[in-house]
Amino acid sequence: MAEVRLMKGNEVIAEAAIRCGCDGYFGYPITPQSEVMETLMIRKPWEETGMVVLQAESEVASINMVYGGASCGKKVMTSSSSPGVSLMQEGITYLAGAEIPALVVNVVRGGPGLGTIQPAQSDYYQTCKGGGHGDYRLIVLAPASVQEMNDFVDLSFELAFKYRNPAMILSDGVIGQMMEKVTLSPYKARWTDEEIEEISGSWATTGKKANRSKNVSTSLELDSDKQEEFNLHLGRKYKAMEENEVRYEKISCDDAEYMFVAYGSSARICQKAIEICRERGIKAGLLRPITLYPFPTKQIKEMVPQLKGVLSVELSMGQMVDDVRLAVNGAIPVEHYGHVGGIIHSPEEIADALETLIIKA
Amino acid sequence: MTEELKDIQKEENIVYKKSSLLTDNVMHYCPGCTHGVVHKLVAEVIEEMGIQGDTIGVSPVGCSVLAYNYIDIDWQEAAHGRAPALATAVSRLHPEKYVFTYQGDGDLASIGCAEIMHACNRGENIVVIFINNAIYGMTGGQMAPTTMIGQVTATTPYGRDVKLNGYNMKITELIAQLPGTCYVTRESAHTPASVRKTKKAIRKAFENAGQNKGTSFVEVVGTCSSGWKLTPEKANEWMVDNSFKEYPLGTMKDE
Repeated sequence: MAEVRLMKGNEVIAEAAIRCGCDGYFGYPITPQSEVMETLMIRKPWEETGMVVLQAESEVASINMVYGGASCGKKVMTSSSSPGVSLMQEGITYLAGAEIPALVVNVVRGGPGLGTIQPAQSDYYQTCKGGGHGDYRLIVLAPASVQEMNDFVDLSFELAFKYRNPAMILSDGVIGQMMEKVTLSPYKARWTDEEIEEISGSWATTGKKANRSKNVSTSLELDSDKQEEFNLHLGRKYKAMEENEVRYEKISCDDAEYMFVAYGSSARICQKAIEICRERGIKAGLLRPITLYPFPTKQIKEMVPQLKGVLSVELSMGQMVDDVRLAVNGAIPVEHYGHVGGIIHSPEEIADALETLIIKA
Repeated sequence: MTEELKDIQKEENIVYKKSSLLTDNVMHYCPGCTHGVVHKLVAEVIEEMGIQGDTIGVSPVGCSVLAYNYIDIDWQEAAHGRAPALATAVSRLHPEKYVFTYQGDGDLASIGCAEIMHACNRGENIVVIFINNAIYGMTGGQMAPTTMIGQVTATTPYGRDVKLNGYNMKITELIAQLPGTCYVTRESAHTPASVRKTKKAIRKAFENAGQNKGTSFVEVVGTCSSGWKLTPEKANEWMVDNSFKEYPLGTMKDE
């Protein structure tokens, strides 16, 4: 029977990791996500599933522990919040460059700099447009509920291994700290050495066997021709992700004349804003990107013929709105609305913004 | 091959041969460089212990970034300074494996200072091979944390000046203070005798890992002919006269 519990988003990340057969978690405390490691330490999964949990000396060490552990073909993850994830960017680009599947959870807080410990969605650029150096992409999943915090851990590992690419759960302080009802996933056994050999034997550094050549986890290629070929290979991989892995949700879009585009906590608030708009006689709907990369560009574009305008709502100064504008490509007005600095927009503010920025503009 | 040669090359006549773990790739190291010798020793120890299939090496950023091209085992290539973090995770997830990092002085004692100190302090069951040639070789001979007072490098063209650059870092002495380490030694590889001694130290370090004793740390004081702008022979002399005074050889800890 399904196990239903009332839990914080951060606690659920830990629980879902244990249950999906994660082999290792390496992290460093930072608000507002410290409950992830705290929950793991209380749960002591090393006694239950054999999962390794280690508090590292820094986020830099955490992500490099992830790189080392994941290079063995293990399911390995870390979690942090914005300033910590900035420190991890070097490791993340190495993971991408070495094609190592791994999971990073970012429970976003406001910046720049040390910023605030309150929720924000201001790391969209960092997550979806780079962050680290070089031509690479992350698979980015944006949970809008505690249930999705649970579901996306397993899904992230599945996608990460499918494409041999690091994945990120881009959450925020609201989703991480709030408590909701959650149906926990059933337990999956950790992969055995034989299963790892079958799944990742062609690259995992598990000790060179006599029947194969050595495996090397590296992102270094000094020969420009080979580096270009590798970048083209990555490009093909990202194209396949764009074709196969776009996930989104449409709410009240069938008759919508105006559409919000929002993810995570902003998407939750937009659902209430739709009700307010409709009470005011405005036919509003919501397209919620679930994958921020790959972005639901095509799905937004397909909505354009029925729409008079789009409001991109994000707890930022306007980052995702760039991708919404690219999707809409000038056909109808697109504006951004959002509080920053840790303040959360109210549904009324969003409904008002649709009127002032789009309808009456 | 003539019958005569075949007769000479009988097994019982072989006094030396290249380790089967050393690949045929042409090494990129400069003449006189210490890396080639230490690579050979690491390969020999792994081969002699019969642990090729159970060993994972972590190479650094620096001259030995391409170590994985030369020793035929599974490798991970770390970001600059982070090798101990990678090795920590590998060792934790594979406690039965032999895990070692191979790092230079810029990688280990400068940018990777935090990672090496904490890995050693946690007593990770890993081997650290630390090559200290007192300079950044790969980037063209700039000052390293280990560059000695007065030593001329590309970024200390008038010699390392304490007021400008601070003191040289004797990190192995610091490492020896950490309770997680079981074996800390400083060796060299400039004479046949010192090469044999260093091999023994590396062997001991790998055996410690097999016995789950904690972190074993083997520093090898080396030369950088190109960076020091000396011939290999002169570089060895300079090392004996200068490096050994600042970095005296010997075992600091063996528990």
